[in-house]
Amino acid sequence: MSAFRVHGKGRVNHGRKVGFRFDGTPFEGLEGDTVASALLAHGVHLMGRSFKYHRPRGPVTAGSEEPNALIETRRGIDRSEGRVEPNTRATMAELREGLEAVSQNRWPSLGFDVGAVNDGFHKLLPAGFYYKTFMWPKSFWDKVYEPFIRAAAGLGRSPDAPDPDSYASRYLHTDVLVVGGGPAGLAAARAAAEAGLRVTLVDESSEIGGSLLSEPDVVIDGTPAWDWLAGEVAALAALGVKLMPRTTAIGYYHQNMIGLVERVTDHLAEPDPALPRERLWRVRARQVVLAQGALEKPLIFDGNDRPGVMLAGSAQTYLNRYGVRVGQTAVVVTSHDSAWSAAFDLAAVGTSIAAIVDTRAELREDLLGRAHALGIEVLRGHTVTGTAGRLRVSAITVNPVQSGAVGAGRNIACDCVLMSGGWTPTLHLFSHTQGKLEWDEEGKTFLPFETREDCQIAGAGRGLWGIEAALADGSAMGARAAEALGARVLARSHAVERDRTGSGVAKKELPTLKDLTSTRAFVDFQNDVTAKDLRLAVREGMRSIEHVKRYTTNGMATDQGKMSNINGLIIAADALGKPAPQVGLTTFRPPYTPTSFGALCGYHRGDHFDLTRKTPIDPWAEAQGAVFEPVGQWRRARYFPKPGEDMDTAVARECLTTRSAVGMFDASTLGKIEIVGPDAAAFLERMYTNPWSKLAPDRCRYGLLLGEDGFIRDDGVIARLAQDRFHVTTTTGGAARVLAMMEDYLQTEWPHLKVWLTSVTEQWATIALNGPKARALLEPFVEGLDLTPEAFPHMANGTCTVAGFPARLWRVSFTGELGFEINVPARHGRELWEILWQAGQAHGVCAYGTETMHVLRAEKGYIIVGQDTDGTVTPQDAGLGWAIGKAKPDFVGKRSLSRPDMLVESRKQLVGLLTEDHSKLEEGAQIVLDPSQPIPMKMVGHVTSSYHSQALGRPIALALVEGGFGRMGDLVHVPMEDRTLAARITGTVFLDPAGDRLKM
Amino acid sequence: MLLITCPYCQETLPEAEFVYAGEAHIARPEDPSQVSDEAWRDFLFIRTNPKGPHFERWRHLHGCGRFFNAVRDTVSDRFLTTYKAGEPKPDLATLTGEAK
Ligand SMILES: [Zn+2]
Repeated sequence: MSAFRVHGKGRVNHGRKVGFRFDGTPFEGLEGDTVASALLAHGVHLMGRSFKYHRPRGPVTAGSEEPNALIETRRGIDRSEGRVEPNTRATMAELREGLEAVSQNRWPSLGFDVGAVNDGFHKLLPAGFYYKTFMWPKSFWDKVYEPFIRAAAGLGRSPDAPDPDSYASRYLHTDVLVVGGGPAGLAAARAAAEAGLRVTLVDESSEIGGSLLSEPDVVIDGTPAWDWLAGEVAALAALGVKLMPRTTAIGYYHQNMIGLVERVTDHLAEPDPALPRERLWRVRARQVVLAQGALEKPLIFDGNDRPGVMLAGSAQTYLNRYGVRVGQTAVVVTSHDSAWSAAFDLAAVGTSIAAIVDTRAELREDLLGRAHALGIEVLRGHTVTGTAGRLRVSAITVNPVQSGAVGAGRNIACDCVLMSGGWTPTLHLFSHTQGKLEWDEEGKTFLPFETREDCQIAGAGRGLWGIEAALADGSAMGARAAEALGARVLARSHAVERDRTGSGVAKKELPTLKDLTSTRAFVDFQNDVTAKDLRLAVREGMRSIEHVKRYTTNGMATDQGKMSNINGLIIAADALGKPAPQVGLTTFRPPYTPTSFGALCGYHRGDHFDLTRKTPIDPWAEAQGAVFEPVGQWRRARYFPKPGEDMDTAVARECLTTRSAVGMFDASTLGKIEIVGPDAAAFLERMYTNPWSKLAPDRCRYGLLLGEDGFIRDDGVIARLAQDRFHVTTTTGGAARVLAMMEDYLQTEWPHLKVWLTSVTEQWATIALNGPKARALLEPFVEGLDLTPEAFPHMANGTCTVAGFPARLWRVSFTGELGFEINVPARHGRELWEILWQAGQAHGVCAYGTETMHVLRAEKGYIIVGQDTDGTVTPQDAGLGWAIGKAKPDFVGKRSLSRPDMLVESRKQLVGLLTEDHSKLEEGAQIVLDPSQPIPMKMVGHVTSSYHSQALGRPIALALVEGGFGRMGDLVHVPMEDRTLAARITGTVFLDPAGDRLKM
Repeated sequence: MLLITCPYCQETLPEAEFVYAGEAHIARPEDPSQVSDEAWRDFLFIRTNPKGPHFERWRHLHGCGRFFNAVRDTVSDRFLTTYKAGEPKPDLATLTGEAK
């Protein structure tokens, strides 16, 4: 039997033992325990080490706000590396058979941790330490400071294997969402459900009930609390309320959308592998009732972080919910009445209460009488000036305070200290709504004031204490939510006996005799921020609470300051000499508690992270052993290696074959938009730089699209199929953008134009044949079109059949060779490809991929939008001035081309580059004019494209260079890490400048 | 996630169906060649960026595909109204009065 387990007490199942290990040591707990309660039952308080000073720490709470007791667990059936869960709050982790828990942030062991030397040097690690220390010399950054920070940073260890579990994602629409299953939430759900509304009730705990789970002695309407709770939960279920325990409302988003994370399997010893680990719910609620309750504040005194020092209310929860006494001899330190009931409850099960130390001089008579009856010494108007004990508190020093003077101290031996600085409403979700807070001077805390969301706040969450008040307020707020939805219901009230309401005072750090610089009074336990740090931050000039927070890291740990924010504010306000409401609270942001990436990703992982678009010819390329690359969402064949070939040799062969015989290229990914209507040509005139009205219905033209700012946005060949019909192609990545831009102009600027736009990208498969033998390969399959050069010249288009398939056939080229693009309905793409491939064998055909396409087009100086342009390149800059219809009065971007900055000669212009020593340049490399200038050098441009040219037998490059057109023949320099390359500026057309090969 | 009413579909739908499309009521000049450099600069780049009600364009991309106009309060991130492209600017005083 565990030494600190109280037989028969709590909601744990005393008949069901659960075996687990902590740091390798086997322990036994009970069904219904958390890891924290099970360890406390064995007298184990030491569960972790703090982040900065590696101080020994134990649980200070019994809930999700826990800053200290963070452990590593392994989930599920196999407990594999991918199921490692760092920073599990031991206070929330439900015990299950075989659970392995490991402490964190210590080496070599939890009891003896080398990192604890930091604690001895705490005077060297003050607030803002990182900002002050890692300033200079600059050269120390890479070798000294960064490695140091990285080694010290982080709490817990990230698993380095993929998470094998699955995560689900759901939507839910509900009339009323109630957040929090305590008395207020239960009453709100009941009222709304009785009004006939669809109600959802969520609670982060494993059980619905909230504070009632820790208050078994309360009697509601004549029924003991737990019987009343069981009846109420059953009644809600019968009314159709969706009850969701183990579900955390992580964020309150616009228009009553609440994010919920439901933990489905973590608590199971052998979860069904078909179940997701967690479900993320996106709930749209017509009304929300926030009934999140309140969090107890610690008191700030020297040594308030020693294992064994915990919140009084949490000690009460360990006793009443889990049947665990947190110690043998307790000292209660409080500024609030509520801690007294914790003392009385513990005294009743045999824990000796060595003293109740209250900071207040005036105390309630009934409390004093009860303490007296139990023989508990009461020290009123006292302070705490220190605690002792290495891995567990062993004594506390208390001193009287009279007229502000701290008297002589007295040591009291104890093995636990139960503290309470009063309660602060849980404002997090309310704050997510940008709700306004108001300062409650009496309670020294912020209360929710108003929000634009359709939201009610009930119970302790708005500063109402006691179960009777929470029940009445919850019912009233549930009824108010119902009324807002047009349903009527009467709010109820409940008679509660043995309710333990109370009041208290809020304190800054407790007065002490000691020199303040030597005290270690913790405000933020997880980030090791002390009261002294907060005061130092103010002394060093931090005025805004947001600056104080960032300078000290107060409230920035994974608990997001649930326990530290109000205490931090009170101390900072005191140091600033300002009232707290003027200093204000830092902003709470989602998520309420740490949330797994898995829950947020849901199904969007692996192959489902993003869709992969494949062309009809893709399976053929895959069967041929093509190497693929992603282009936008498309998967494109990059090259087709033969056995033993690497990319360079494959690309060299593909280039040679295409220029000497014929190459086949899958161009199906090109964006395709069909533009139809009596004003189709007029519309294109306005959109593209080129003239379209006089283009004959059997011709194609290169189209250049600018933004209204005059910079190149997209390009592609456009075929006129009929007087009122154009087939527009766009870049592979630009199709959706171009269509959206066209729709924008058509709908909002020129709605009078009679034009219809249709995306047909996936309706057509496009096969490009390039090379001197392209016509010989294609011609036998074509019916209905004369392919002779005279009848079907460069930039002709026609409708015909190819191998019996209906086709739009274009004579265009992106290689500089004789070229055809065959568009057939997508369903025929692969069959046509294979027919041409078979026939092509006699002509020495090759398939080529995007890499060869890039080399061949670069040899001809054809640009790739987005590679050779970057959103600041005009048609003139790119050498495409010829594509502008000079006679056109207007087109998108035309006016911008005459803005003064667009005309200066020093603009970056697209030129060719040939290295002097024939080395290949790096794409993205910067260009300078004088390589011997001091660093940092003036950069005049960069390399945009660079390839080895098979045809030229040397590397070639394209680059954007300031005033490049005026530097033809000049030498520029490209400094690399190990050497500087010299390159000569040339034109962009490296091969066949007269274009003779196109005319074959 | 916001809920947005498409004035064409006459339905209130999640933000994920829509895309933002910049400030509204900035008409492209009928004849840009007659516009001064300064006026063209303003057309291209200068936006009101108000703290408060903002006239802006949205597109029901994953629905009817139509561009429409909206008034959204940039402080509260609430839509005060949405209306069809081409309709006149709604009166702000009326809208904010209604919002109170
Ligand atoms: Zn719509």
